[in-house]
Amino acid sequence: MTTSESMAARESGTDGDEVFGSDIADRARALMARYPRSRSALLPMLHLVQSVEGYVSQRGIAFCADQLGLATAEVSAVATFYTMYKRRPCGEHLVSVCTNTLCAALGGDDIYARLGEHLGSEGRPLGHEETSGVPGKRGSITLEHAECLAACDFGPVLQVNYEYYDNQTPDSALQLVKSLQAGEKPPPTRGAPLTDFRTVERQLAGFFEGQGGSLEDTVNGPSASAETVRGAKIAEERSWTAPPMPDSVEFPPLADKK
Amino acid sequence: MSAEGPLGGSGIDTDVRPLTPVLTKRWLSPRSWTIQTYEQLEGYTALRKALRAHPDQLIQLCKDSGLRGRGGAGFPTGMKWGFIPQGDGKPHYLVINADEGEPGTCKDIPLMMADPHSLVEGVVITSYAIRANFAAIYVRGEALHCVRRMQAAVNEAYAAGYLGKNILGSGFDLDVVVHAGAGAYICGEETALLDSLEGLRGQPRLKPPFPATSGLYEAPTVVNNVETIASVPFIVNGGADWFRTMGSERSPGPKIFSLSGHVTNPGQYEAPMGSTLRELLELAGGMKDGIPLKFWTPGGSSTPLFTAEHLDVPLDFEGAAEAGSMLGTTALQLFNETVSVPWAVMKWTEFYKHESCGKCTPCREGTYWLAQILQRMVRGEGTPQDIDTLLDICDNVLGRSFCALGDGAVSPITSGIKYFKDEFLALCRENTGRSNSGESTVDDSGKHVLAGAH
Repeated sequence: MTTSESMAARESGTDGDEVFGSDIADRARALMARYPRSRSALLPMLHLVQSVEGYVSQRGIAFCADQLGLATAEVSAVATFYTMYKRRPCGEHLVSVCTNTLCAALGGDDIYARLGEHLGSEGRPLGHEETSGVPGKRGSITLEHAECLAACDFGPVLQVNYEYYDNQTPDSALQLVKSLQAGEKPPPTRGAPLTDFRTVERQLAGFFEGQGGSLEDTVNGPSASAETVRGAKIAEERSWTAPPMPDSVEFPPLADKK
Repeated sequence: MSAEGPLGGSGIDTDVRPLTPVLTKRWLSPRSWTIQTYEQLEGYTALRKALRAHPDQLIQLCKDSGLRGRGGAGFPTGMKWGFIPQGDGKPHYLVINADEGEPGTCKDIPLMMADPHSLVEGVVITSYAIRANFAAIYVRGEALHCVRRMQAAVNEAYAAGYLGKNILGSGFDLDVVVHAGAGAYICGEETALLDSLEGLRGQPRLKPPFPATSGLYEAPTVVNNVETIASVPFIVNGGADWFRTMGSERSPGPKIFSLSGHVTNPGQYEAPMGSTLRELLELAGGMKDGIPLKFWTPGGSSTPLFTAEHLDVPLDFEGAAEAGSMLGTTALQLFNETVSVPWAVMKWTEFYKHESCGKCTPCREGTYWLAQILQRMVRGEGTPQDIDTLLDICDNVLGRSFCALGDGAVSPITSGIKYFKDEFLALCRENTGRSNSGESTVDDSGKHVLAGAH
């Protein structure tokens, strides 16, 4: 079976016995080789596991434990500590709305409420880390409220699969989510062309080849919005620079050894 | 603005501008994240120089420059490097804290996106100085695009011979791993970050021993922030005296100030240390829609709030501290008069409650109860006694928690009450007026009912 066939088999869920095939095991071993001690590979390995199943399953925990020679309890203890490891299958897309103070004051709470209402059913809004649609299927969406996403100058912000959608409003966010549900992939303000949750989890594990483009393809997605370069721009316009560096600089002398 | 630097007569132009782009100067260049752009703009020239120096000279240079950590605490960087025992026969490690998540803080992510090679070059120079042959860049997981940019930069640096074996023929070897986190604010605390990097839950370690003697894999380790290490190549090229032309005597250098919230032009402004909010706000077009400033954070939500009375506080480590707060990460979150202080404080407290790692009781329990009391007050069900209870709990969390997360958690509450107690009291009066439930903290048996226990 080729890699793409095995990926397809996994995605369709028809290959239960080989959810984590030899290609995934190879990647796990490659992760372990990156560090002086193999256990350091656990966090990326859990991202890798999520890239296969869309969440960290018991099977995924056992896989990591097996690779690293740990007890499953040790892996579970780690997996349950971190927000990004999901314990239930996620949608095609993960939508994370910042509701920390600053974004909330600028409209983040309203955005989260609007999306929850839209994605909910039977009069009940979709809750935190709940999924609308069949997890993994096209147009399915997991919603979460996020802590500060470190994009405060772009507030209110949200992320889809950890790509930034800056300066949102309840209306723009609703439109974005409707597009996602319809199978469209509107480009982020900052980040790579939108793919899906599983693809970015593979990238977080450090593997950039494959679906979603190479590292070279993804790395050139936009980044520097007006806010980022605001100070640099003003300085350029006004010809302000830092004081010039001297032509030559000597290193300080070595102190005498005691 | 004129520099108050110690350099009169040094021959260096001390007429310092309101903005001093150093770290941000390449950000306007097309494809600034590529090695081609970086090398065209003096990139990797500092590394060539540094590799010709003795490592101890680099440590001394960093000490002379007065560079202080840009991750919030402001610890002198050169001193930190100097703590690494040399000739101890153990491997040494450099770990970059790129786990940016302090509410309001948004400087390292744009830096890594726009100029990742400045960080890579700083990593190589620093590793050479402390004699480390392995470095890890721990990037916050949610900052996926930074992971890509850093990984691509590291790949390019390997291909160009700036990483790997025998770098530029110097005999120095360095491997760098870009490591994505998984969503935990606490991993910004350096020992929690080290545990996380070792594949454990990210919980802080008891100090001492400090990472300088027992860090990653129990070996001597330097943990530095992104902005700190990205400053290093400039210090190597410009020298300590040049670096000190900007900023103040004890807080030298340029600093990226991040303005966000109710400001006309939010964004990143690199200015000398010691700049004031009044100066920065003028550059940023003033308050949005002209609605007056009510309160702000000088360096993220863990730094006690300032008000409009603090517009002229010099934003350096000393100035912010003397005015009763901390410089933190120079994350200036600006809130106008439309924002309720108790509400803002409640939201921040909910954040700390969520991010408390649970290891120590004061922080785990304290943030849990603080959040519930504040939620009750914001609902209009609080009493003046709740304010005393909040302060009492804060007193039991501050300085009694395992790490600084607990200290940070109480900052918005104590400073919010200090400057805006009337607003908290007004919420309580509203309660008394509406339901006459001023006695709601006493149940039928006359026993005090704990906050949130309904």
